[in-house]
Amino acid sequence: MKEQQKGMTIIVKTITRLTVGLILLFGIYIVANGHISPGGGFAGGVIIALSFIHIMLAFGKEDAFKKMNQGVASFFESIGAIIFITLANLGIAGGYFFLNFLSKGEPFKLFSSGLIPLYNIAISFKVGAGLFIIVVILMLFKITKEDEKK
Amino acid sequence: MFELQVLLVFMIIGALIAVKAKDLLSSVIAVGVVGLGLSLAFLILKAPDLAIAQLVVEILCVIILIRATIRKDLPFSTSGRWFFNTFITFLFMAVLLGFGYYCMRDLPQFGKPIMKVAQHFVNQGLRETGAANLVSSVVLDYRAYDTLGEATILFTAVLGVLAVMRKIGRKR
Repeated sequence: MKEQQKGMTIIVKTITRLTVGLILLFGIYIVANGHISPGGGFAGGVIIALSFIHIMLAFGKEDAFKKMNQGVASFFESIGAIIFITLANLGIAGGYFFLNFLSKGEPFKLFSSGLIPLYNIAISFKVGAGLFIIVVILMLFKITKEDEKK
Repeated sequence: MFELQVLLVFMIIGALIAVKAKDLLSSVIAVGVVGLGLSLAFLILKAPDLAIAQLVVEILCVIILIRATIRKDLPFSTSGRWFFNTFITFLFMAVLLGFGYYCMRDLPQFGKPIMKVAQHFVNQGLRETGAANLVSSVVLDYRAYDTLGEATILFTAVLGVLAVMRKIGRKR
């Protein structure tokens, strides 16, 4: 029983262990197919953040920080913004900001439509890491406040 | 459009329950019901991108709200001055509906946009950008400046949450 002190019951932990990988994989699928099927960087990024929040809710915050701590999250947030701005600025060489300079490719294939999949990946980094940071901060704030009451 | 109207009535009932419920957890669950109804309404209006985004963001918001309110039950008193409150409520509702009627008269009909540029996106979007999902081609190619602004807003929101919460954390 001592192992169950942190997080929820063993039923929730077992189900989480089975499903969290599938949730992460679904988020990556949504991001990668953003230019072919509904979805895109924002929705996929939120699903990726939800998979880490799922670990945090079930196992407690220590186990979630082993998978992704605040340093890694802020790194991904910054790298997403840098990739987005850099790709947008590269278009200036060909003419204007946000120029889609790669070849369009064949429609309905995974590697098509030039820069749009890369923009999707950058936005998913930014959104996933940013929302994870927000949820972590709000939950940490609640825990410290409970400790002060005791 | 009959399903859409049923959903809208369902969402209005959910919002009323969210306002009127006594404990906060019931209110949060009713807010989640409103978000789910909005997601289904987007699906009926044939906007699956918006439906996915609305659903996942709603799940995240409900998780945060439940974690924030699960042990802080704050029932508030609603006694006294009920005549004044009800009168003011109906007055503001009447003023809002009146202004809304004058504004809505000049709007175009539902489902018939007046912007001609959208027709160009629908006709030429696949050829010009190569993206099969037209929403992606608009969001990340034709209207990429809006996406840049949205990313900036998210970054500012994270910074704001960090700044507000850090001060309380340092007091220990």
